[in-house]
Amino acid sequence: MASELSFVRDKMLPPSAPPVREAGAVKWLRENLFSGPFNTTLTILGIVVIYMIISASLPWWLNSVWNAGSLAECRDIVIASAGEGATGACWAMIRERWHQFIFGFYPPDQYWRPVLAFGLLVAALAPVLFAGQKKNMSIILGVVAVFLVVTLGLAGAPVGAWIATLGLLGGMLALAQVQPGKLLWFTALFPALCFWLLWGGSVWVPIVALMGFAVMGVAYTALVARLGPTGSALIAVFLALLWWLFIDVPLTQVIDGMMPWGLVSVDSDQFGGFLLAITIGVTAITFSLPIGILLALGRQSDMLIVKTLCVGFIEFIRGVPLITLLFTASLLLQYFLPPNTNFDIILRVIILVTLFAAAYLAEVIRGGLAALPSGQYEAADALGLDYWRAQRLIILPQALKISIPSIVSTFIGLFKDTTLVAFVGLMDPLKGVTQIVRADINWKGIYWEPYIFVGAIFFVICFGMSRYSMHLERKLKTDHR
Amino acid sequence: MNKSVFLGVVAATTMVAGVASAQATLEAVKARGELICGSNTGLTGFGAPDASGNWVGFDVDLCRAVAAAIFGDPTKVKFVPTTGETRFTALQSGEVDVLVRNSTWTVSRDSELALDFVAVNYYDGQGFMVKKDLGVSSAKELDGATVCIQTGTTTELNLADFFKQNNISYQPVTVADDSEAQRQYLAGACDAYTTDASGLAASRATMPDAENHIILPEIISKEPLGPVVRHGDNNWGDIVRWTYYALLIAEEKGITKANIEEVATSSTDEEVKRLLGVSGEMGAKLGLDNAAFKNAIAAVGNYGEIFSANIGEGTAINLARGLNALWTQGGLQYAPAFR
Amino acid sequence: MAVASDVPKESFRLSMLIYDTRYRSITIQLFVLVLFALFLAWLLNNTAVNLATRGKEFNFGFLWQRAGYDIGQQLIPYTNDSTHFRALLVGLMNTLVVAILGCVLATILGVIVGVLRLSKNWLVSRLMTVYVEMFRNIPLLLWILLSYVILSETTPQPRDFRVTDEMAAAGEAPAATMMLWDTVAVTNRGTNIPSPLFDRGLGSLDIGFMTLNLTTLAYLAVIFGSIWVNHRILTAARTQQETTGDRPVTWWKSVLVLLGPVIALSVALGLHMEVPALTGFNFQGGILVAHSFTALVIALALYTAAFIAEIVRSGILAISRGQSEAAFALGLRPGRTMNLIILPQALRVIIPPLISQYLNLTKNTSLGIAVSYLDLRGTLGGITLNQTGRELECMLLMMLIYLTISLIISALMNLYNTSVQIKAR
Repeated sequence: MASELSFVRDKMLPPSAPPVREAGAVKWLRENLFSGPFNTTLTILGIVVIYMIISASLPWWLNSVWNAGSLAECRDIVIASAGEGATGACWAMIRERWHQFIFGFYPPDQYWRPVLAFGLLVAALAPVLFAGQKKNMSIILGVVAVFLVVTLGLAGAPVGAWIATLGLLGGMLALAQVQPGKLLWFTALFPALCFWLLWGGSVWVPIVALMGFAVMGVAYTALVARLGPTGSALIAVFLALLWWLFIDVPLTQVIDGMMPWGLVSVDSDQFGGFLLAITIGVTAITFSLPIGILLALGRQSDMLIVKTLCVGFIEFIRGVPLITLLFTASLLLQYFLPPNTNFDIILRVIILVTLFAAAYLAEVIRGGLAALPSGQYEAADALGLDYWRAQRLIILPQALKISIPSIVSTFIGLFKDTTLVAFVGLMDPLKGVTQIVRADINWKGIYWEPYIFVGAIFFVICFGMSRYSMHLERKLKTDHR
Repeated sequence: MNKSVFLGVVAATTMVAGVASAQATLEAVKARGELICGSNTGLTGFGAPDASGNWVGFDVDLCRAVAAAIFGDPTKVKFVPTTGETRFTALQSGEVDVLVRNSTWTVSRDSELALDFVAVNYYDGQGFMVKKDLGVSSAKELDGATVCIQTGTTTELNLADFFKQNNISYQPVTVADDSEAQRQYLAGACDAYTTDASGLAASRATMPDAENHIILPEIISKEPLGPVVRHGDNNWGDIVRWTYYALLIAEEKGITKANIEEVATSSTDEEVKRLLGVSGEMGAKLGLDNAAFKNAIAAVGNYGEIFSANIGEGTAINLARGLNALWTQGGLQYAPAFR
Repeated sequence: MAVASDVPKESFRLSMLIYDTRYRSITIQLFVLVLFALFLAWLLNNTAVNLATRGKEFNFGFLWQRAGYDIGQQLIPYTNDSTHFRALLVGLMNTLVVAILGCVLATILGVIVGVLRLSKNWLVSRLMTVYVEMFRNIPLLLWILLSYVILSETTPQPRDFRVTDEMAAAGEAPAATMMLWDTVAVTNRGTNIPSPLFDRGLGSLDIGFMTLNLTTLAYLAVIFGSIWVNHRILTAARTQQETTGDRPVTWWKSVLVLLGPVIALSVALGLHMEVPALTGFNFQGGILVAHSFTALVIALALYTAAFIAEIVRSGILAISRGQSEAAFALGLRPGRTMNLIILPQALRVIIPPLISQYLNLTKNTSLGIAVSYLDLRGTLGGITLNQTGRELECMLLMMLIYLTISLIISALMNLYNTSVQIKAR
């Protein structure tokens, strides 16, 4: 039968080209933009919106002036170049005042210190975020090193600081190759280092204060065998408190008298701009993490009184706007503290913002705790671990890992909220510094430029962090479903 | 937990030495090594930091003079920006030693808030600014107008009283600060802008079309602005008061920043000699150095110099001396006898 | 806590308070309680001492003194002769109206944006992504300040609406005109909208500390009554459907019940609109909605909508495809699939975070300080505090009020959560 067929195709024809409407850009357009009357309408609406935004603002951007001494001069330049009635951005203000938006009134010759503190902050976060991943950690440390080499040079850091930084980062890089776990010690010491870098003063202040923790650790290890964990922890904390209350200050003075090493001291009131926002945000989130964990554990606890107190605190803080807490820091704290104690407003604000963040973190961590399957708790009990061991070894590591993305988004929220400190007279970048700039007779009447500049920086920082946390979330997903 | 304790340590170590008791502001300031002065968060001409972060302005110079009187060094002063809401609390709680921030002297602030206004460094009054083409020549014609007004000041009470007394209505537009008020007014969001006349004049001077705006003749209130201290520390109040009067007397006697050394050596005027610490023990009576007032004048100049350098005619703000001229020239600035 | 089964029957010793897990928790709790009480006593003592040194006393008597200042936006009658307490109420109303309006707008906008982000239209979904990321990553304060500047810089001045004699003669149109059949005027100082007036209003009733507007009460009563009757009609219809299988037609009854009484009441009271008109400096008549209010509502709504959009998007994505496929297999139309299958499930995921966004929005209304909107913080925590110098009383009272609002909202949330929760197996 087969022989009757005159022709049998023995190989495939090449596929014919798709119709024009179904290929290339046209297809993409049809599918993605004009797939139906509704979608077409939406597309046209979108294009109209984009056109309106661009046509309204483009001339303003194109007429930007970068070189002028005052707003009036800016306007003259714009009119001279673009004709009567034209408007243009006056970025000359940013050019003259950018350092106040970034550093506030920090002494210009000391700019390297906040820059260094910021770089080391990233280095200190690396061991936490990349526990045990040598490669990623090395990359981060390398990036920080390059960043600091460049920026410290630009900021005119003394050669000693430059060499010390490179040595420190080099040491950390080397340690990351052999014992990455040990890098956590740097993270633990970083708050003290950061405090010293930012505020300056004698190097012995943070060192002697840290020795309080050493006292606590030594006392605990010495006593734990005899008194058990609870009793020895109480005594250790008590001894450390004694150290801080009675020995710390005189000892610091004695050592400082013998070896007066330190940096130029910078007062809190010289902090401003993004330096202030980052300082408040990072300090608050750092200190609120342990408080938040305790509050979350307290809220999960079986003990009625502890639970009630924790719930009361969390709900109170979460129930009032941050701005009322800031006003509390500025107006009310002085009523609640013993007469004549008085410390500066930035510290008061940091304390209140820390409490604020702690309440929110407590809820985030509680979510993490609740998300753990109850088998984990039961397994810990079955192993005979006591409460704190079970929390430390089994529950918290997992719960915290689940909560990292939410912690990051809490931090982003907090960082954005630091702009509110302007209402108690602090120099936040958005309102405080802008107001100061506008009080200058040269820049009176400038509105859009500072907002756009500050908004852009906020966007870059927050967007970067949120993208990174999404990346982290994907990577940390080790659940076995 | 441990970290929260650490925070306490940080707090303790960075604590600014508190004000020890009601009677010892001077000792506390001396022990601290600097004066803490409550300032505005930024008011053109009166107090704002410049591009390099140095505070400059009319009120700021008074703070510097007090610092110079205490320490002989006008740079030993720290400025704490305060808002309308936080300023008096900052003073009461001892966060600042003296408040020099366009604050109006009123009886309730003197009594209820337990503050002392020690002097009046600027006599002001609340006025109105309108656009010329509005065709208004008196504030009483503002019936139904929209008025821009800063919150947290005495001006809103004055405004309410004024319109009520004249039985006319208005629509208040509350704004947060001076520059915002100016923007709203220029954009036409309000028909009239009301604040202290000095502020109006300063705003008007910086407008691109100053000739199109007029300040109405009515001054609807008395706004004596001056430095404020806490109730109960009379010595401290005296120091601030007499530092201020020293600047006035210096203007009266023709002592300036430039000629002060020369005057100190050559003057035969007994009051000048007492003022500059050449004779008598005036500084020591207040717990200061005898050359305290000389230092203050040498640091910032006399009242007239401060005025003309920051807000007077020739500056961009261009205020006339008016009520703030010396009493010898028809103004209200009058210093008691320095003896 | 693990409890040993063979508890030794020994007599109670003091050391058991520390070492025995059965009693340790009591010890710890007592310890915490004592510490907390000491802390509280310390705070109270400090406060008392501090108040005494400043010669102040803690009392709320100032609330009944004359306030003396004016408030631009008042939902209840207020003059500068009213008390500080009255000013507080005005501020509270202003806070609530921003919060409610903001929540409604943010929800509508957020749902639209959340759905459009999932749209197959490339351009639109990108635009929505840009919008969401912009608003989520820039502080709310900036959006409030910006929308305020934009509103007052881009709108015309009242005088632009004026038609002078020369212009009328030359036949020129004024620079700006009113919108919506000449009833709404948007100027750079606010939006003038018509206000309802009653020829035969019911007056008001004075009950001591506040006055009740009887007209408003009448409307509220009629509206709630109609809703209740409508609910009864629908219930009856459902009962009939469940017993007989036929659903009676009810829509015309609903329309009649919902609209009839309100219209009747309006006619009875002689409701008419007072349209704003340009006289003197400003538009007179009608209601002036200040830009500080509009800017605050817009910024809060746009900002919160970005968060709600993400919640809606993830809520829809959380429902597995199998659900809609199963619905199609049952022969349900797409609209019904959405209504009966997807939405009820998605809502369970969406509602809890949505309500916490409402909570955030309500707290964020306090940022009205940036545009000097006289809300609760602006009156009680702003001008009143400033004029009376009673920071302790004012701040505590203000926190208490905000806390109450928040607790009411979260109580509602918990009610809802328990009602829709799937019972865990």
